[in-house]
Amino acid sequence: MASDSDSEEDFVTYGTPLEPLDEDEPLRKPIPIQDQTVKDEKGRFKRFHGAFTGGFSAGYFNTVGTKEGWAPSTFLSSRKQKAEKQMARPEDFMDEEDLGEHGIAPREITTTDDFASGRRDQIRDKARAISSLTAPIPGDNVLEDLVAPARTSVGVELLKKMGWKEGQGVGPRMKRKPAKQKTDAGAKVYGLPPKGSEESEEEEDEYVPENVTFAPKDVTPIDFTPKDDLHGLGYRGLNPQQALMGGSGAGHLNLFTMDSDRARSLLGDCGPRNRRSGGVTGQAFGVGAMEEEDADIYHRDALSNYDAVLGGEEPGDGLFGWTAPQQYSRRKKASEKDAAYLGKILEGFTLAANSKDTKTIYPPPTLPRDYRPVHYFRPVLDLASVSPQVALALQASVGHMTQDSQPKGRHQLDSSQRGELLGESSLQGPTSVFDLLDSKDRERLVGMRRAAEGRPSTERTPEDRRAAIVAAGVAAAAARASSQHALASHSLPTATEQTLSVWSSPAARSAHTFKPFEGNAHKQARYDMYISKLKQGDKDPLECSLDPGMTEWERGRERDEFVRAAMLYKPSSSSLSNRFTSAKTEDDGNTVEVPRDQEGDVDDKQAAVKMKMFGKLTRDTFEWHPDKLLCKRFNIPHPYPGSGFVGLPKIKRDKFSVFNFLTLTDSNSAMGGRTEAPSQSVPTAQHGAPKPAEATKRSRWDMTTAASEGKDPLSEFLSVARSEASSLQQGPSGQEATAPTADPPAESKAEQQQKEEEEEEEEEESRPPMDLFKAIFASSSDEKSSSSSEGESEEEEEVGVEQAGPQTLVPPNTGTNPPAPPAPPTPTATPVQQEVKSSPGQSGSAAVPPRGHKPEEEEFGPRLPPPSYPWTERLSSSMSSAKEEKHKKKCKEKHKAKKEHKHKKDKKHKKKHKKHKHKGKQQQQQKKKNKKVEEEGGSSSSDGSADSGSDTDDGPGALSTEELLKRLKTLGGKKM
Amino acid sequence: MREQLKALHFNQSGGLRAMAFPQPKLQAPQLPQHLLRTLDCKQGAVRAVRFNADGNYLLSCGSDKSLRLWSVSRGTLLKSYSGHGYEVLDADGSYDNSQLCSCSSDKTVILWDVATGQVVRKLRGHAGKVNCVQFNEEATVMISGSIDGSVRCWDTRSRRPEPIQILDEARDGVSSIKVSEHELLTGSVDGRVRRYDLRMGQMHADFIDSPITCVCFSQDGQCTLSSSLDSTVRLLDKSTGELLGEYTGHKNTGYKLDCCLSNKDTHVLSCSEDGHVYYWDLVEGSLSLKLLVGKAVVQSLSFHPTEPCLLTAMEGHVQVWGAEPEDTVKEEPTETDA
Repeated sequence: MASDSDSEEDFVTYGTPLEPLDEDEPLRKPIPIQDQTVKDEKGRFKRFHGAFTGGFSAGYFNTVGTKEGWAPSTFLSSRKQKAEKQMARPEDFMDEEDLGEHGIAPREITTTDDFASGRRDQIRDKARAISSLTAPIPGDNVLEDLVAPARTSVGVELLKKMGWKEGQGVGPRMKRKPAKQKTDAGAKVYGLPPKGSEESEEEEDEYVPENVTFAPKDVTPIDFTPKDDLHGLGYRGLNPQQALMGGSGAGHLNLFTMDSDRARSLLGDCGPRNRRSGGVTGQAFGVGAMEEEDADIYHRDALSNYDAVLGGEEPGDGLFGWTAPQQYSRRKKASEKDAAYLGKILEGFTLAANSKDTKTIYPPPTLPRDYRPVHYFRPVLDLASVSPQVALALQASVGHMTQDSQPKGRHQLDSSQRGELLGESSLQGPTSVFDLLDSKDRERLVGMRRAAEGRPSTERTPEDRRAAIVAAGVAAAAARASSQHALASHSLPTATEQTLSVWSSPAARSAHTFKPFEGNAHKQARYDMYISKLKQGDKDPLECSLDPGMTEWERGRERDEFVRAAMLYKPSSSSLSNRFTSAKTEDDGNTVEVPRDQEGDVDDKQAAVKMKMFGKLTRDTFEWHPDKLLCKRFNIPHPYPGSGFVGLPKIKRDKFSVFNFLTLTDSNSAMGGRTEAPSQSVPTAQHGAPKPAEATKRSRWDMTTAASEGKDPLSEFLSVARSEASSLQQGPSGQEATAPTADPPAESKAEQQQKEEEEEEEEEESRPPMDLFKAIFASSSDEKSSSSSEGESEEEEEVGVEQAGPQTLVPPNTGTNPPAPPAPPTPTATPVQQEVKSSPGQSGSAAVPPRGHKPEEEEFGPRLPPPSYPWTERLSSSMSSAKEEKHKKKCKEKHKAKKEHKHKKDKKHKKKHKKHKHKGKQQQQQKKKNKKVEEEGGSSSSDGSADSGSDTDDGPGALSTEELLKRLKTLGGKKM
Repeated sequence: MREQLKALHFNQSGGLRAMAFPQPKLQAPQLPQHLLRTLDCKQGAVRAVRFNADGNYLLSCGSDKSLRLWSVSRGTLLKSYSGHGYEVLDADGSYDNSQLCSCSSDKTVILWDVATGQVVRKLRGHAGKVNCVQFNEEATVMISGSIDGSVRCWDTRSRRPEPIQILDEARDGVSSIKVSEHELLTGSVDGRVRRYDLRMGQMHADFIDSPITCVCFSQDGQCTLSSSLDSTVRLLDKSTGELLGEYTGHKNTGYKLDCCLSNKDTHVLSCSEDGHVYYWDLVEGSLSLKLLVGKAVVQSLSFHPTEPCLLTAMEGHVQVWGAEPEDTVKEEPTETDA
């Protein structure tokens, strides 16, 4: 309705505007309906529940609350806390969707019935009307209406208290005026003219007592019935009831309601006038006998009946409040009437004749340009008494800092201070003449001054006096200047000058700068501008570069920030900066989580274990938080109901501590046997050990060192063992279970050799102290610093690539344990291969497998026994069919082939290692040993083919060093 | 040494107070020492043999990737469960015999439906081969321990592919796990027996120093038994960690061998690499029986939950041992069946 250009900015926009059509762009295909999806506010696909999709949905996709379904409420009741009786409401089982706008129990702020308007619900009315029509007794819900509870809205009640009655309009009572707007309203009426009865009504109306006022006519609210048909605007189809049965007095079938007519109907003042006298009337039926006029019977619709202009009507139609307000705003009398709406005026009050002037609102004063809306209390601060940091902080907090605690008057400032205030750059170089003087001269001067002061002035010559005065003046000036300089050194103006001096230096010209405000592009741009101004040597770079559109406060803040940033990212550092690229993503993971509690010293525990003092010494107890769900599954109340984490409590540690890595490699290498070379240690540590090593935790490496340090008794045992080897074998005290039957001298030889090797191994194993490793790791060089690491590297190479993932091994030998073989990890993913590998050894010799010295069948931790032994083969062969035997033979053959292959492999290895010029002593020895063992195995197996019993007994007979050591231990124990 | 032993006995009296002391006269015949039958499993080496919850059935874990269910009394194969990618290392049955769980070198844990033999859930997550697996009391959680040093608790109720919780405190492979009503007992190659008490929210680590091969709870739940690679089986007091008994004589230096307690906590049993099963008197610590099983390594054993009946696994065979010889025992199963 409003076509004024002024009012365009008053428009309120609803909804999202359509994207502007680009002419060049090809038309996008609309998404077909089946591909359109609806998501709810959480981004889940919304499911429409209805007859086809399955009805009621509450919570987590037809479950309640949790993924698992119902979360059973636990009943807890104790003496202290009695369980409250819980009553579940329906709302407890609803989710936000149900409580939402379209849910089953919408929760919105709505007017309650008490405050609802008295207007009838049209839909309900219609429904009631229909039901009343269909009801057996028509109109039986009229009764219902009668018996309706007396509930009126608050507004109605208020109005009633003010004297309003139902059926009346609201407003001041008025005298009925004879002159009405009927004439102009009637002009537009077509069809049947007003009847005589109407006139009589009017005539009745004219009889009005002078001093009687009437309430204004009630206003029927405009009904905004939605247009749900396909007819034209304002068209109403024929109502069959009305047309055929000549319903309630509506004779004229008016297909179009005119605007004014409609308005009248809206306002309800057309009621009596439109009431026809009855009988069949209308164009279609011609003119009846009762009709008086015949003018408009064959009415043809004319365009003149329609409005050609929107809003062209005169504003008397009472639409005030429903349409755009402009056209009524010109009415000035309205304001006078407004007061009358007060209705019943309280006694003793009258309406004011002339209304009060409207309050004029003056615009706020324009603020001066450099006004800062923040008030600071300048701290009365004696800079001398406070530490410089505090002073600095204070000054920084104050922002624009005054140079002194007590502001000086203009005349108290000296020239440099004034210059500073004016923004002049101070002259470079010595500030006073005094600075130019030599220290000796200065002392002399001071001495002279003192002398001059001490002496009475009578003796002085004028020249002297003058010189003294000059000197004093100079000294005073120097002192003042220096003190001032000290004071002002922290303050901002000097900071800006410093930055200026720094940035305007030629070194800074080419330098790449840091971008401190990279997050905010505009700010960074301003900062860049500021920097460039600085580089050019501009006097007040800040003022030029700051955004004038910003508030003063923001500008002030930004000014400080820029100066500070410029100070921080000085060109000196920016010369470094071009060597680095800035990180694309922020890396704030500088810390790693480390278990809070750590296990105690392993050495102590080992000692305790040796002494069999189990209990407190060997036990560590940690706080441990189980998962909530785990507790639920175990039917156990959570021990820490409020716990937010799971597992052992952890704390943050600095990730990039060198020693973290050092210990990490230690523990890792401990886990991986002794097979770590320093060069590889760090990467494996990173991927191999998910949890970081504790800094204080002793690793097994340390234990080995400790063990080797305290190894003397062990070596003693060994030497004893060497002497007693034969006697031991004949009568092993502890384990007589399996008596060795093979020829002892040969074996003892072998054993001795083994022992020697063992010893050598142990010697090699004795590790240098941790410091050395730290030094190695710190220097990050790949050189092998000692012979000890060479052996490792050998093995390392052997193991090589296979070492991936957190693999676990037999821990290396400790003091108590017999020296376990170096256990290179084998890939866990190939157990079958292991089996195949291991079986040749078994088929060759039964002695080998239990010992576990062969590198190819070494595993982590306790191994699994081989699938079968030769004797069982025989056993089973006796029982099982010949077919199976064949199969096994095949297998055997295979194994043999494999074995040979392995031999070749070993040889190859040897060659390779020689090529690499590694000593590989240990390994070679091992290989020798293996060879020997295999040879032994071969011979024994050939023996075994002769007699079955001795074969297996060979196993324990060919005593492993471990067993030997164990026996030694038992020996030692007995001695003890 | 003797004084030490005496001291140990004193300790024992404290720790064993709650145990049910059996009549000493009945002890000797109750030891299962008569071979009732030998099952040729034909599934490669039997890595583990386990009774089910009521002891009527046994599970054999084969190195041919299959898991088999047998009737103990008849010695017949009931079902073979295949679905693992490598050898099966451990298995357990649920309390209601409706489900089985097994773990394998293929790094997976599988939940089986007993009747259909279908894989109900295959859980991947371990980084290495899975050494041991156990149901909890209500078969709502499967606990598995792996060579990767982690213990993972898998939910059998939900379809979540991730474990409920990962216990990664072990610094080396986890070789054995036992679950009680509210506790998890894990033995690790790093030489520690860890006990996670869910009820108290505590984790106790007992240092044994030698790689642990097997851990057990005693039937009364007061003690823990742990065998380690130093050829020793130790009985520790659960609450304090004190040593109650030490059992030696067998040989266990390289392999992951099982140990267990007899059904009435009277004896400690352990496999040995010399082909015997060793029986020690729990209180005295003396070797009461050395049962010859065969010449190879006795890899696994399992004691009947209620009766004196023992299962041993050696290579491809499972042996069933009873307290009485075959003919007398034969009546018993009919009784139990009825």
